[in-house]
Order: sequence, then structure tokens, then C-alpha cells
Amino acid sequence: MAEYLIKNGFVFDPVQGIKGDKTDVAIKDGKFVETTAVKNPKVIDATGKTVMAGGVDIHAHVAGAKVNVGRSFRPEDKLFGFKAGRGIERMQGGFSVPTTIKTGYDYARMGYTTVMEAAMPPLYARHTHEEMRDTPILDQGAYPVFGNNWFVLEYLKNHEIENTAAYIAWLLRATKGYAVKVVNPGGTEAWAWGLNCENVHDPVPYFDITPAQIIKGLIEANEYLGLPHSMHMHANNLGNPGNYTTTLDSFKLSEGIKPNNKFGREQVMHHTHVQFHSYGGDSWANVESKAKEIMDYVNSHDNMTIDMGQVTLDETTTMTADGPFEHHLTELNHLKWANVDVELETGSGVVPYVYSPDIKVCAIQWAIGLELALLATDSMRVFLTTDHPNAGPFIRYPRVMKWLMSQESRDQQFDAFKHKDKVIDATNLAGIDRELDLYEIAQMTRAGPAKSLGLAHMYGSLAPGLEADVAVYDFNPNEPYAPDTIETAFSNARHLFKTGVQIINDREIVSNGNKRTLWVNTKVNENAQVMRDVKEKFLRYYTVTLNNYEVSGHYLPNPYVIEVDATQ
Amino acid sequence: MTKTVTDVICPFCGTLCDDLEVVVSDDGKQLLEVYNACAIGAEKFLHSQAEDRITRPRMRQEDGSWKEITYDEAIEYTAKMLVDSKKPLMYGWSSTNCEAQATGSELGELVGAVMDNTATVCHGTSLIAVQDIGIPSCTLGEVKNRADRVLFWGCNPAHAHPRHMSRYSIFPRGFFTGKGHTGRKVVVIDPRPTDTARVADVHLQVEQGRDYELLSAFRIAFRGEKLPDVVAGIPKEQIYEAAETLKSGRFVIIFFGMGVTQSLGKNHNIDIAIAVTRDLNEYTKAAIMPMRGHYNVTGSGQVWGWQFGFPFAVDLSRGFARYNPGETTANDLLRRDEVDSVFVLGSDPGAHFPFSSVKKMYDLPSVAIDPHETPTTEVCKVHVPVAFVGVEIGGCAYRMDNVPIETRKVVEAPEGMMTDEEFLDRVLARVKEIKGV
Ligand code: SF4
Repeated sequence: MAEYLIKNGFVFDPVQGIKGDKTDVAIKDGKFVETTAVKNPKVIDATGKTVMAGGVDIHAHVAGAKVNVGRSFRPEDKLFGFKAGRGIERMQGGFSVPTTIKTGYDYARMGYTTVMEAAMPPLYARHTHEEMRDTPILDQGAYPVFGNNWFVLEYLKNHEIENTAAYIAWLLRATKGYAVKVVNPGGTEAWAWGLNCENVHDPVPYFDITPAQIIKGLIEANEYLGLPHSMHMHANNLGNPGNYTTTLDSFKLSEGIKPNNKFGREQVMHHTHVQFHSYGGDSWANVESKAKEIMDYVNSHDNMTIDMGQVTLDETTTMTADGPFEHHLTELNHLKWANVDVELETGSGVVPYVYSPDIKVCAIQWAIGLELALLATDSMRVFLTTDHPNAGPFIRYPRVMKWLMSQESRDQQFDAFKHKDKVIDATNLAGIDRELDLYEIAQMTRAGPAKSLGLAHMYGSLAPGLEADVAVYDFNPNEPYAPDTIETAFSNARHLFKTGVQIINDREIVSNGNKRTLWVNTKVNENAQVMRDVKEKFLRYYTVTLNNYEVSGHYLPNPYVIEVDATQ
Repeated sequence: MTKTVTDVICPFCGTLCDDLEVVVSDDGKQLLEVYNACAIGAEKFLHSQAEDRITRPRMRQEDGSWKEITYDEAIEYTAKMLVDSKKPLMYGWSSTNCEAQATGSELGELVGAVMDNTATVCHGTSLIAVQDIGIPSCTLGEVKNRADRVLFWGCNPAHAHPRHMSRYSIFPRGFFTGKGHTGRKVVVIDPRPTDTARVADVHLQVEQGRDYELLSAFRIAFRGEKLPDVVAGIPKEQIYEAAETLKSGRFVIIFFGMGVTQSLGKNHNIDIAIAVTRDLNEYTKAAIMPMRGHYNVTGSGQVWGWQFGFPFAVDLSRGFARYNPGETTANDLLRRDEVDSVFVLGSDPGAHFPFSSVKKMYDLPSVAIDPHETPTTEVCKVHVPVAFVGVEIGGCAYRMDNVPIETRKVVEAPEGMMTDEEFLDRVLARVKEIKGV
């Protein structure tokens, strides 16, 4: 494999504590190495440019059944987003729900190299893997959903942590999944009857259990197994005025639980798209930001991480396993609505949405997301996301960076709001003058998410021994800049390497890479009861046989298996 | 000695039953028995054993007779035909696996083809309706475990999807449906007294072509508003009663078929059926599902969805994907003389397209890839027989509820026969060679 030396760039690497120093980065055999270890490298001149590890996205909806519903039922999303094939690039289409091909290329253009699919219904796991297989360049993994799964509900009703853990291990293996995802625990099962669970103590119909029991039980089972990532949480009551209390109630369920893993992860709960969970008031008329209350909690509890779910003020396509929320949304905006309830496992919904700067609530949502990041005392625990495509398409990450790094750009946005004064009244953002620097951005987009995922041994830093994923941007941090320069530079990486393969050269995509699918194989003690339960449920209630459920190897042509031993 | 293969998937209809048992000879060459399948499903398996099966490609001669050719010659003809065409039509894709569909898409992209599947003459209208209004749906297990109200509308599963009713919709006992069919109320809307209508609690014998009016009347009835005395041939009392039956259910499922997707009204019929389902969600839980025909027509829509963003009628001729049903749909292209060659794989347009379209196919350079002799193979210039997907080669297929299942290989294909995917791979490689990419 070719050797490379990226010379003279301004390097930002939170893991090694490098804050924009001029440092050379060497690549050999797909890994970073000491500069002395390369003999005859190809030299990439990064003079006057920013160098960072490849970006790691902890939460995006980029592959699978609901994503494809979003694509197929929105031909209008392709009107302006198409691109003809050229060179090694295949044809691309779509804006808020791009095709798999475009997804791979667009992330690469932003310097991202690892992206996690945030919700995989187990029964649709094959579909998710087929799409990931057809997404070039990126290393990907997918989180199967557990929060409304009948096995989990029944085990946790009796607080059977060991059985829950054995089932999780089995399902991760069957679906080739990466982590334990929870979406509106109990509420999506209730939705199968047209109902919901709006707070952590609402009972789940028929199952005689509450969201609180599900959340706590799944955290405990996750730590029992010692999985690389923590339980990945989307709480009840998403998107409703006044919901910040539900969010805090959900956070608190992690108190007193210590992380147990060999991957360097320090949190027991990752709470996703917290912007959607930080609302005060009791109606859309008086909704207000509670980002401060939320961040006071997050800042003082180091056993959790969060991501933003930043609203980008675009037309987009919302999609989530939170079925009742999407129904609620379609009743609000009267746009088209797709819903799929999945036997024994989960549900989901898809609804287009327009975050207009002329609508007060959208502007308040925009402010809340930014407040979360700007009020954070530890950028290693608060990550940049848009919950793609829910709060906005992922291609807006560089724009979010701009807002985080420049008060001037935020002021410009405030001035563009139709209800500027009302928005300022309902939020705290106008009073925050903090501007993040590139070191903090690298924490929020690389080092932090990699660590939270238990993948700090592979990604998130340029330290020798790690995967050689690195982006070079046309941005000189030592020179004065206009806010828009940030967005332009970080949307168009000058160079990109993925595991040592040059993907982008001079802003041209030159390779489709050698993408891998990450999944977690957990060894557990034999558990006859769980295997008996699995057999019985498949026989009686599923519509596929047990032997046709497991995703076989050929769906993952280039797997990367993370082994976990939980047999002690 | 014989071997029994269990958990076999039936590659015939969109029900995609996955509990078949197939007995094969010890050497894996002969398929002897098929258990659990319905008559049409079993026939699909047994057909692969036909003595007179065509196992080598053949080309039609001037005088109408066939001449056997090699696979290499067939690949050469196909590759040349596609490269020489300005706008080839690549049609079918519904009776093959997703792996072949994905390779076919790449090929179509390279030669600037129009890709269309059988949805164009069955549920394409449903897909258009979904683009208008969305679709609240579910997996078939939700129907089995929860549904206590089942509406079949313009479809006749008793004949077209024979095991649908026993596996998912009427008879099975599920978690919340312990009484099986006695706990379910079945409504059929169909102008004909079908065998499905015979097992229903209520049969609304709607006047042919007036489904839209009847569905509209349901929406009015849900709201308790006034109806005329008779709508679409049905007395209003019956409509109020049927509407109440649906509203009072805990979980309503509506299945619909070609009786309404291709009758007068087309996508508008589906629009309003989905609106009825949305309305019901204000009172109870309701879902709606198209009865997809071919076992993997759903899959081809999925593959094109993630590769191009559209589920059918994808025009790649300008270098990026365009979609405009009525313009980029197979029959419209053929009848307007807009395509200059035809490639068919995994379906039989010769039997299902209007005669004027079939005539066009006959006049154009054309290839049909199909294990069977069909009306299509009879009008194409070259016929390439291939292994049966789901019998002689595995691969992914999507059930009518979009659940993907991996089909199984149970028996060896006759010696020297190619699979769809191998053939497409070879054509793709040859096209790349000719184009120098
Ligand atoms: S119902 Fe359809 S899938 Fe099932 S056995 Fe019959 S033909 Fe095959």
C-alpha cells in the first residue's frame, strides 16, 4: 500500500492534545505511523490548511426501510439534487434523502469517513445492510431498535437483566447490528393500538411495564454485556412543548450506573438529538428553550453523552421509529405520511417537513440546538448532528460549524427571522457570545463520537496505530476569515484518506474506497430459556421462520467484527 | 436416499411464503416433492424439472426458426445491442433477486437505459398515490397478531395469493388474535362474487369502476354525514354499517389489488383508499397494503429507490435519473417509438402488454432472459434461458410488506446454465470493454 506524508498542515487532534500546531501526518499500510516510519512517501502539501481525523457521525438515518420510503415517496426531493455520473462517480440524486451513492460521496466531501445508521428494525436488517453495502467509502454500522421489542418488554417486566442481555447478544448477531437503540420506549408499541407513552411512568398497554423500567433495564443489560457503545436513547415525548421534564426524568435513570467495558467508553447513556427534547412551555404558542436546564444536568453528569439534532432551516424529510410522533406531525402539517409497524419489534413514520425561518417555532428550535453545544463545558461529550434528515440534511454540518464558530453568523441568522424578537425572548442564544474553535469542533465531530461509540482505538484521532482516516481542508485558522469561508472549506475537503486509501485528491473523488460494515459479536453464556423463547415466538407470532431471520454473511461483503466476551 | 430442505422460500407471488419443504434427490440434481406450498407455488418448483426445458441460448432466424447459440454469443449480442442503442428499454426485474437487480441497474446506468418494472402495469398507480399522500402500513405479522378488521378491495387472494389468508390475514391466530378468523370481521369490496368474497362477512358488490365514489362515501360515513340513498350501487345503510364495522375495530387492515389500481380512476382510487386509512387512524389503528404480485417486484422498487431515488419508470438516458410516469413508463415509450431496443428480464410483457407494444418489441432488437418459454421469448430476437432464482440460486427478495427474505437454492441448475446475475455481470464487463471504461 502507498505511503503518504501530509506535510505542514495545522493539525487539530483532541486525543493527542494538538491544537492547530504545524505537524506532519504519516500513513503506512492503512494506519497512521510515526513520520520516521515512512520511507518513500507521496507528499501531500497541506501548508496553510487544516488537518483533522476523518469525521465520525454517531447518529444519522442513511440506510434502510424508512430511509428508502423517504426516497421513493418524495420524487420532489430529487428536483435539484441530481448529479450525473463522472469518472468513477456513479449518478447521484436527492437532497434531504440522497441515494446511497450520493450519501457516500457527500459525507466524503465533508471529510467524514464513519457514519452510524441510527435505527434498524431487526426484521428489516437485510435491507439496511443492502443499502450500506451500496454506500461507497464509509465505514458503517447500524443500531437495531430494542425499546419496544416484545422479548425485552417481557424480560424487563420482571427485571431479568441476564435474559435481556442474552437476547441482545443474539439479536446483534442475527442482524449484524452495532448497538442497543431505544426509540420512544413503550410508546411505539402503544402506537400499534394508536396510543402512546408520553412520560417515563406511562404504562405500556398490555405489557405491564413502564418506559422507566425499559430504559433502566436496557442500560443495565448493556453494561452487563460490556458493549462498545452505551445504550443509545431517544426518549419519550419527543418534540412536544414542555417535554424537557420527560428528558430530565429519562437522563436520571442512568444515575448510579457505572460504565463497564474494555473500549474506553465512559458513558452509560448516549441521548440523541437533544434539541427535540429541550422544550419548555405548554403549547406551540409559548414554547421556549430549556437548553440551559438540560445542559446543567449534562455538564454535571459525566456518565452520559449527547448529540445536538440541530435544525438547519431547510425543507427536509422527517423519519423515526417514533411512530406516534410522526402521526402527530402529519396532523400538524397535513403533508404526506408514511407509517410502518413492524411485528414484535417496532414501528416508524416518515413525514416531509419545512423548517422555515419565517415560523417562530422553527427559529426557536434552531436556537435551542446551538445553545446545547455552546453551553457545554465538555465538547468531548456533546456531538454535532442534525439527526439527518430529521432536523436537516447532513450536508449542512459545515453550516452548523459556522454558526457554532461565529457569533456574527448567528446574528445574521437572527436578523433573517421574521419573528426575531419573539425568538430572542423564548431562547438564550442571543445572550451567548461563545465561539467554538476548531479544536472543540474536532472534539464534537471526531474524537468525542469515536470515544462514545467505543471506537477510539480506530477512529477520531491521528495517533499512530489508528486507521488512517484523515481530511485536509482549505482553511487557515491563523488568518481572519468571513463566516461563510468555514462552510465552504468544510463542505469540500481538499484531500481525504480512508484507511490509507486516497479518496479525494484536489477536491476530486478518485476512489470508491473499501467500505466496511462494523458489527458487534458478543459471546454470552448459553441461555436455554432465551433460546426457547426465541423459538416459540418465531413459531407463533413472527411471519418469517427463525431459520430465515438471520442476516447472512454475503450482505456484508467487507465486515469488521468487534468481539465482546461477556461469559464471565 | 433423498434430502429434505426446510424453510424454503417460494419465489412465486408477493406472499413470499418461507416455510416450504422440498425433497431433493441425494445428488441435489432432482427436485422430487414440494410441501406446504399452494398449487401455483409448487408448480413453480416442479416446472424447473420439465424434461423439455430449454437450457441454451437461442437466436431467431430470418425464417422464424431458432438456432442454438452459446452464452458468449448471447452476451456479445446483448452488450452490442445495448451499447448501440440511444435509449434501450430494460424492462422486468420482478422475478429475479435483488443482487441481479443491482447489477442490472449498474448496467442500465452505463448504457443510459430506461429501467421499468412490472409495477408499470400493476401497482405503479399505487406508488404514484403514495407519492401524493403517503401510506400508513405495517408488516404482515402485525395483521396476524392484531387485525380484527380485514378489508379486501379489488383483489382476490383466494386465487392470486392462495396462502395469504391462512398465513397472515384471515385464519391465523396471533398474539392478540387468539380466536383466529372467528375474531375477525372480513369485508370484501369487489364487483365480482369471487372466492374471497365467499368467505367474507360482508361483500359490497360495487358497480364496476365506481370504487372512488364508494370510498368517498366511507369517508362521509365515518364523519356521520349524510349520504345519497345509493352510492356506486350500494344502499347507504350497508355503507354506514360497513363504515361502523371498520371504525369499531381495534386494528383495521385494507388490502388492495389490481381490480382498483388498473381500473377507472387508477392512482386516484388508491389516493382515496389511503385517505380512508388516514381517517380511520383518528378513531382507531389502521393500515393499508398493496397485494404485490411477482415475488420480488417490491425488491426492484427498493433497489432503484436506494440507487436512483425512484421506484419504477427510471429514465437514465440523460446521465442522471429522471422519473415521470406516463413519459418514462415502458408502454408509453414503446408506443411513441422512443426506445430503440428492448431487454427483458424477470417478467413477461409479451403476455401482459397491449398488443401494440408487443408488436413494437417484435420489430426492435430485443433479448429476453427467462428460464421459461413465454410469449415474450417468442417475440424477442434472442432468448437466454437462466437458472430459476429461488430454486436453483438464492438471493434477496422483498415480500409485499417490504420485508426482505433471502431465498434459497434447493437444487442444481442443469449443467452449464447461467444465473441472471452471472449473465448480467458478463454483459456489464463486456459493455465496459466496448466503451473503454
Ligand atoms: S401463496 Fe404465493 S408465495 Fe405462498 S406458496 Fe403460494 S405462490 Fe408461493
